[in-house]
Amino acid sequence: MKQTSPLREALLPLAVLAAALAAWEAAVRFWAIPAYVLPAPSLIAETLVKDRDILFASLLVTLTTALEALALATIGGVALALLISRSRWMERALMPFAIVLQVTPIIAIAPLLLVYLAPAEAVLVCAFLVAFFPILANTSLGLASVDRSLVELFDLYRASPWRKLVYLRAPAALPQFFAGLRIGGGLALIGAIAAELAAGAAGQGAGLAFRISEAGYRLDIPRMFAALALVSLAGIVIYAGLTALSRLALSRWHESARGLDD
Amino acid sequence: MGVAEPLVSLRGIGKSFANGVAALENFHLDLRDGEFLTLLGPSGCGKSTALRLIAGLATPSAGAIDWRDSAAAHNIGFVFQEATLLPWADVFANVYLPLRLAGKTREAAAPLVRETLALVGLADFETALPRQLSGGMKMRVAIARGLVTRPKLLLMDEPFAALDEVTRFRLGDDLLAMKQRLETTIVFVTHSIYESVYLSTRILALAARGGAIIDTIDIDAAIARDEEFRTSPEFAQYCRRASAALRSAYGEELR
Repeated sequence: MKQTSPLREALLPLAVLAAALAAWEAAVRFWAIPAYVLPAPSLIAETLVKDRDILFASLLVTLTTALEALALATIGGVALALLISRSRWMERALMPFAIVLQVTPIIAIAPLLLVYLAPAEAVLVCAFLVAFFPILANTSLGLASVDRSLVELFDLYRASPWRKLVYLRAPAALPQFFAGLRIGGGLALIGAIAAELAAGAAGQGAGLAFRISEAGYRLDIPRMFAALALVSLAGIVIYAGLTALSRLALSRWHESARGLDD
Repeated sequence: MGVAEPLVSLRGIGKSFANGVAALENFHLDLRDGEFLTLLGPSGCGKSTALRLIAGLATPSAGAIDWRDSAAAHNIGFVFQEATLLPWADVFANVYLPLRLAGKTREAAAPLVRETLALVGLADFETALPRQLSGGMKMRVAIARGLVTRPKLLLMDEPFAALDEVTRFRLGDDLLAMKQRLETTIVFVTHSIYESVYLSTRILALAARGGAIIDTIDIDAAIARDEEFRTSPEFAQYCRRASAALRSAYGEELR
């Protein structure tokens, strides 16, 4: 197979992006579309620079919230997955509630949380709730689907449950865990954005979603686009970070994290 | 021989599963020190079940398993049909595993691990990962892992089934050499007639169901196991006898 460097692999989508932006720019100029209908990419970039203090502060707020929620969801999801893996009884008792949380759209839960919690807390809880389930479900699956013969091998040497967990179940579950973590990372951002929209909090702790709706009220369309671009950026940062983390942990041995390097 | 107490005795063993299938019924076996015993039979004849019972991975529904000394019962090597290595651990760590589970430090275990790796011919592959090894090499790692605790008894459940013939021959020869060197007793499960005759000092041909012993074939341990044996009239004769036993085992199944 032909070798492809990551740089060359990134070149094609970047070229597509550049072409699309150029076409967009050209269309806006050619038909003289006003900025309050559709701002040109150059204007959006300009706005990004002009409003950088407000927008990047908000980016930091949203990103921090999403990452905090993801960290909590990871701790909670893994802890519950370990608990469930220890007993069928636990699984039957707890799993239905986890599923109910998962199937109830977060946008419907957010207003209720806002009744009881401060906006910033509600946003964090929402992001946590959506990120929690995929991490729990994937880690559970990983812990449960260990090669039976390997389990028997550990039985043969009378390994304690703790050693079985550390030397066998945990490493075996890592690929599934990371798959769940990546899904959870994307969902944490969605949860944070959805809750911010519902909360509509202004001031110090205002996230990107608030900036979008705020700019919408003011018909500041270029700033809406600029904030949206930053939301995308936040998503990309989370995804790329988690993918790199997963590669780092798995690339030595697991197929899912291996490129075309051999 | 003959008067010595067996290493382990299976007496009147019965094993039935939750679905009502009886894998073994009234199964008897006396395992002698140093023998290479093969359980030969069609799939589902209970030979793997017998291995698992000896290993303590399953408990019999009836009968008793008596060990001459309980230390041997707690130090058994087991080689599965697949190599079943830890995919994230290198060759050294995979072989070290049984000692690690016994609480030995890496430093304390290292000489034994290295010696065992040399024994299976993988001294230069300590840091290789399982995915970098061929099927035969993976099986060598699995055998090294089974032998690293220097067990009295090594149980092997169709270990060479997934390998090509040349690799099987080579591994078979090496296994016999290791057995001799470490004075291990081996119980081997296979459905290959040639493999069983070439390797064993005793073959039990089992019926298709319940583990009834159709024939016991003793092959003199003094016979050198080499290419000459493989192409000798004696070898052919043993194979014919094992084949006849196996045929009657399958015949029962079809009836």
